Amino acid sequence: MTAHDHHDHDHDHHHDEASDLSETELRVRALQTILIEKGYADPAALDAIVETYETKIGPHIGARIVARAWTDPAFRQALLTDASKAAAPFGHQGETGDHLVAVENTADRHNVVVCTLCSCYPWDVLGLPPVWYKSFAYRSRVVKEPRAVLTEFGVALPDQTQIHVWDSTAEVRYMVLPARPPGTEGWTEEQLMKLVTRDSMIGTGMPASPEGAGA
Amino acid sequence: MTAIDPVAARLAVQANPGLPTDPAGPVFREPWEAQAFAMALTLHEQGLFAWGEWASMLGETIKSAQAAGDPDTGDTYYHHWLATLERMVATKAVTTQADLTSHRDAWERAAARTPHGLPIELRTEDFQS
Repeated sequence: MTAHDHHDHDHDHHHDEASDLSETELRVRALQTILIEKGYADPAALDAIVETYETKIGPHIGARIVARAWTDPAFRQALLTDASKAAAPFGHQGETGDHLVAVENTADRHNVVVCTLCSCYPWDVLGLPPVWYKSFAYRSRVVKEPRAVLTEFGVALPDQTQIHVWDSTAEVRYMVLPARPPGTEGWTEEQLMKLVTRDSMIGTGMPASPEGAGA
Repeated sequence: MTAIDPVAARLAVQANPGLPTDPAGPVFREPWEAQAFAMALTLHEQGLFAWGEWASMLGETIKSAQAAGDPDTGDTYYHHWLATLERMVATKAVTTQADLTSHRDAWERAAARTPHGLPIELRTEDFQS
């Protein structure tokens, strides 16, 4: 049994082609399938363990990136211009040949990201995707009726705010740069970071309210 | 759905001092690492092995990887963990190396026939070459 590199994707696929699993992911799935088939493991129980560690997976650099963009206009510009490059010093490695794109929420536009079904989700930036995010129902509905789905998530947007849905591909991954919450003037990056939730970087939530946090 | 038993997780950490942790417990660099951890925890709870037995097999796996030139930076810990899982299930006759390989190959075919963005699901035909 050889130890395989976990970043050994074959990047010979193109846009809209087949799904992509790394050698390690293939082995993990093989083992999981066998344990479930033979009755040694219950898929729900395995998921429950992984969900327990949801906040302990990945370096969670996204919150820092967002807080930096809120406090440093030059960094914000660099992030929106080339997020892969801007995020690199924070530890975002990315797979060879993919690009991280940051999309900014404004008064006129709200962004939502879909697709985490293979390895096309920048979890090193955003943390582990929520379970619902992987469901086919979410994916298809958010494309067709984003406003209704967002309302279900408790995100009520003014009618004039346009909603843009970004579908990750093997080459391009997205993160949302949420708007800085009002009432946080003078806050430090460390304080602001605590307001940046995973869902706010996917677009299915807003940053936490400044009351009761930070300060 | 029940959350993980914190005592079970703590015993796993105690038995495996090399396990990457923070003060609250295990930490993972990638989702598959948490999946590999979850599988070992589940198999232990099923009584397939005691942690002492696991730790010694993991130790052997790491030692032979280092002999083969593993840089031992800590980044590869869960690769050794996964290799140990594969060895353990074969040792305990849960499955065979051949079965592991055929499932791995089946998942590869499943991924290849699944358009990007759709859930990858294993089908019977994926087992045919």
